Amino acid sequence: MKAAVVTFPGSNREGDVATALRQAGATVTHVWHADTELPAGTDLVVLPGGFSYGDYLRCGAIAGRAHIMDATRAHAARGGYVLGICNGFQIACEAGLLPGVLARNANLKFVCKRQHLTVERADTAFTRAYTKGQVIDVCIAHGEGNYIVDPETLARLEGEGLVAFRYADADGQVTAEANPNGSLNGIAGIYSPGFNVLGLMPHPENLIDSLTGGTDGRGMFESLISGKKAA
Amino acid sequence: MKARVTVTLKNGVLDPQGKAIEGALKSLGIDGVGSVRQGKVFDIEFTAGDKAAAESALKDACEKLLANTVIENYRVEIGA
Repeated sequence: MKAAVVTFPGSNREGDVATALRQAGATVTHVWHADTELPAGTDLVVLPGGFSYGDYLRCGAIAGRAHIMDATRAHAARGGYVLGICNGFQIACEAGLLPGVLARNANLKFVCKRQHLTVERADTAFTRAYTKGQVIDVCIAHGEGNYIVDPETLARLEGEGLVAFRYADADGQVTAEANPNGSLNGIAGIYSPGFNVLGLMPHPENLIDSLTGGTDGRGMFESLISGKKAA
Repeated sequence: MKARVTVTLKNGVLDPQGKAIEGALKSLGIDGVGSVRQGKVFDIEFTAGDKAAAESALKDACEKLLANTVIENYRVEIGA
């Protein structure tokens, strides 16, 4: 598995996600936002967390128009894998790789805490190391994670099983109390219709070592590496 | 030639910032405030004077970058 991690001005989680990918056995190359091509043989493009362009205009708006995003869209259109985490999810939405918008958290607070998620399906390249319905304990850290989309698209996401993760309590109940930002239907992450693009607000790359809080995030990177297929 | 683009949230889209500002105005004793919605204003100066070309360029700018049309509306005004 060859992974390309894109760095935008203001990205700050590219090192952590590279560590998580390498731990799972991937070869990682760092790519600059102004590059126009991905490294030859790239299987997975990662849009990491951070505050690209200082969140100016809208979160992810300017990064979503970066040169490397043309190559990333072409990669996704060929069936290549794209993983957008936190700011990377915002960038993926702004770049048109995924539908919807991550708006200001409904309670106006920047939330930085541990958060349980339900794994909605375990038959994708990103989640095959988990089990369907499994509750995982990861981290969230965002001020704009309130997932909003028009009712027709929401119905399509739900109908086609494109919701990847939902915010839940420790028992896996998706409740208003467990929803940290007001996202519709507790949505924490979504797939593209081909299940090759995943965007999520939580940070699985934070939870890859028991020394630093837990290992529930490792499953995503292990899923990707063992699930390698030609892009 | 000067132009102004105003970007506002669509009706029905939750605006927590507007709500917070509304609360602050009320707590300052500003009378008669029913509700507040926050938006963005872009003042853009064009080098050329072709009004129709500027209008079409601004529409393009709004669709491509200035507004996220999933949740936002935009309005373009061209001045002198």
